[in-house]
Order: sequence, then C-alpha cells, then structure tokens
Amino acid sequence: MSSATAPGSERAMIDIVDLHKTFAGNKVLTGINLTVPAGSTCVILGGSGSGKTVLMKHMIGLLKPDSGKVIIDGQDIVPMSVEALQQVRRSFGMVFQAAALFDSMTVFENVAFPLRQHTKLSEDEIREQVRKRLDLMGLKREVEGRFPADLSGGMRKRVGLARAVVLDPKVVLYDEPTTGLDPITTDSVDDMILTAQKELGVTSVVISHDIASAFNVANQIAFLSKGVIVEYGPPEKLRESQHPAVQVFLQTWFGKN
Amino acid sequence: MTTETPSKPNRFTGAFIQSVEGLGKGLIDVVSSIGGVVALGLDVFRWSVRRPFRLHNLFTQLDFVGVGSIFIVGLTGTFTGMVFALQTSTAFALFDAESLVGPTVALTLTRELASVFAALMVTMRAGSAMCTELGTMRVTEQVDALETMAVNPVQYLLVPRVLAGLFMVPALTMLFNTTGMSGAYVVAVFGLGISPGTFLSRTQQWMAPADVYEGLLKGAIFGLSVALICCYKGFNASGGAKGVGQATTEAMVSSALAIFILDFIVGMLMH
Repeated sequence: MSSATAPGSERAMIDIVDLHKTFAGNKVLTGINLTVPAGSTCVILGGSGSGKTVLMKHMIGLLKPDSGKVIIDGQDIVPMSVEALQQVRRSFGMVFQAAALFDSMTVFENVAFPLRQHTKLSEDEIREQVRKRLDLMGLKREVEGRFPADLSGGMRKRVGLARAVVLDPKVVLYDEPTTGLDPITTDSVDDMILTAQKELGVTSVVISHDIASAFNVANQIAFLSKGVIVEYGPPEKLRESQHPAVQVFLQTWFGKN
Repeated sequence: MTTETPSKPNRFTGAFIQSVEGLGKGLIDVVSSIGGVVALGLDVFRWSVRRPFRLHNLFTQLDFVGVGSIFIVGLTGTFTGMVFALQTSTAFALFDAESLVGPTVALTLTRELASVFAALMVTMRAGSAMCTELGTMRVTEQVDALETMAVNPVQYLLVPRVLAGLFMVPALTMLFNTTGMSGAYVVAVFGLGISPGTFLSRTQQWMAPADVYEGLLKGAIFGLSVALICCYKGFNASGGAKGVGQATTEAMVSSALAIFILDFIVGMLMH
C-alpha cells in the first residue's frame, strides 16, 4: 500500500484512504491513498486501464468503493445517501473527455443549466454569469447560440469547463482533457486549466496520459499503476523516479526529447 | 474407431446442455429485465413526489408523447373502425343482424383494440425516440454529467417521460375510441345503408361506461409499462451507437410483448 501526500501540503480538499474497487473479480483499485491540497492542481498520470477514471468517479461519488474512505473537504462521502451526495456534488465541477454537453441545448443553455437548477437568479443575472464564464474561457459571444455539434473539440472543452465552473465549485475534475486534440488546442486547454486555478482558486484533479500536458499544469503528479499510486509529488520528483513503471512511461516522451 | 464411437453421444449431450444453458440464460435475462423495470418504476415513483417539480419538462413530454401522436392515432383509429365495420357487417349479414355492427365495433374498440393500438403507436413513435435519446445521453456521458451537476437523472429525465406515458396513452385511447366509432359510423351508415338511429341506439343499448373505463385503465397500464421499458432500456444502454441501436430494438420488442401479455392479464382479472 502506498501513501501519497503532497509535501508541505496545507488543508486537504480531497483525501482518499485505502481505496479498493473490484469489477467482476478484476481488481482495479488495490489500496489508493492520495491527498490533494486545497487550491492545487493534481494530475493523476497512468496508462490505459490503470484505473484513473475509476478513481476519479469515486471522488465525485459516481462509484462506491468496496472499502476505503473518500473524504471531501472533511466529509467522508462513501456512506452518504443519494440526497446528501447531491449536496456535496454542488461543490464539484467536472469536465468530461468528450465534454458531455447536452446536445439538445445551445452553448448558452448548457452553461446556464446548473444556475437554473440550483439558484433562483433572474434571467438577466444568469446571462451575466454565463457571459462572465464564457469570456473567462475566451469564447466569443457568437458561440452562445450554437449547438455543441457545431463546435470544434477545443471549443467544446472550453464550454464544458465554463459549465463546470459556473456555480463556483471548490473542486474541478478533468477527465483526460487533452485526449484526441492537436498540439495547439492541447496548449489552449492547458491554459484553460491554469486560468481556472489562478482566477477562480479551484482545486483541480486532472486524469491524463499526456505527459507534456501533465508537466505544464500540475503542482503534484500522482502516478497510477496496477491499481496503486506508485509515485506522488511535484513534477520534478516524478522525473527522478526510480520506479520501473514510471521510468518506462516517461521514456516514451522524455526519451525522444 | 475407438475414439469416434463415444464422441457421438458426447456431441449430442453437449448440444443438449448448450440448449438448456441457452434457455436458462434467456430466462435469467427476462427475469432480471422485469426486475430492473419494476425497480426503476419504484425509483421513478419515489422521485416523482419530490421537489423540485419540473413542470416544463413534464409538459414538453406530454406534448411530445400525447399531442405529437394525435394525428397517427386518429388516423389509425379511423381506419380500424372503418375496416372493422366492413368485416363485421359481412359476417352479420349472413344471419340478418347488421344492426349489431355498431355495438360490436364499440365493444371491441373500447375494451380491447383502442388501448392496445394507441399503446403500440406510442411505442413506435415516442418510445423509440425516448430509448434512443436516453441511450445516446448515456453513452456520451450526458447522464453522468447530470449526476455530477447534482441533478438526479431519474428525476430530471425519466419522471416526465414515464408520467407522460401514464397520462397520455389513456387520452389517446379515448381519441382512438372516438375516431374509430366515427369511421365505423361512416362505413355503416353511408356505405352499408344501416340507419343512423339503429347504429346509435343499438350501440347505446349494448355498451356501458364500464367498457370505456376498462379501456382507459388498460391504456394507463400500457402507457406506464411502455414508457418504463423504453426508459429502462435506453438508460442502461452501453457500447456506443451499436449498443443504442440494440437497446432500441429490445425496447420495441419488449414493449409490444408487454402490451399483449398485460392485455390478457388485465382482461382476465376484470372478467
């Protein structure tokens, strides 16, 4: 069992303790320990099938573990009822790999959706809030009336993040945000993650197998292999790691540069 | 020689075991699907009585399932009534009882055909759309997105669809009754020369309000079942476009079967 606590960390926003999860006899998570300090960006790096998405789904309560604790801002969400979990989820925003925008709604309606569901703001106030987030993500006014199908991959990600941060969450989770994007768009998505951290002060958890992007945005990187975190710390620490799985993974990128 | 002789009964036994296994697996699938639909029904009921009540979503679905089906149900009803009047008149003419065309059509429509046909039309038109839309939302993570935004997907997506099925299929059953009887009246009176008075008075004489109520009750049961089945299949779809297509096919077949099986069960219980 490996323990992963950020060196010199302050208050923990996410604290995962000895998390185990098995699907149909297949052990996916085998004792995860991870602490993400408030206000930092933690990238969970690992190859396909290493359990990154499963770990992230536990953080927001979409999956229940076989054993272990998921403590969010001091509260263990594992034993919580659906209703209590809904309250906790209000402090989360999530950006999905394919953005998961509601395709029957326009960009404006997508970003306004959480405000309409959880606040009693007037239409004018909703418009103001939505435009503020779209501006922050560098999206122009003309995209407001477009449907998700008419947007590029990078724009969809930006709208996804604008929707994720519209309720001023404490934590934003990113599910492989740069997968399938060209290098320029990848760069702009990295900027978007950094902007969200700097401007809004959110705690970010990014799951990725994109090493370059991870080194760009991370305060800490956790390396997940075979269901456990084998390395955790600032990007420089990962670079010096002697763990064979980390070395093989990093060689695919650093080896060529 | 020595190896071939015992292999024959083995092959036969293997095929037999395989077919028994297949049958057992099929039965388990059916039972677990029924269990899943019932559990989803309870979940829908639980979330339908909780705030917030999203009336806009409900009215959107009532419009889609009910108002959107008026034309197709009305047209089907008219032609069903017309053809039924035509066929029964031929049979009744053999023993000079054409005056019974009206009540025969009326009783058949109100007790049986209207609810079954209205539910089948709603299954094909709205049920398939429900299943496909929910399935696509599931495989593109839009359902997960709702959950992460602290919006319960059962309450937001399924409650309005299931309530629309429950309320609108009885309404469409009534429309089917009306258009069906109008079609039968036109064929009987203008086509076959039966007097309007005979048609109406005989219908009134043989029919009771309970016959209409039976059809409406069946409509509500079918509407609820069809909406639940289509939502269940769509909501649990997986495996991309192929999975959504498969879920929709399964939803259509299961809904049609459920309508006929429930029709028999309810009919048996009421008589």
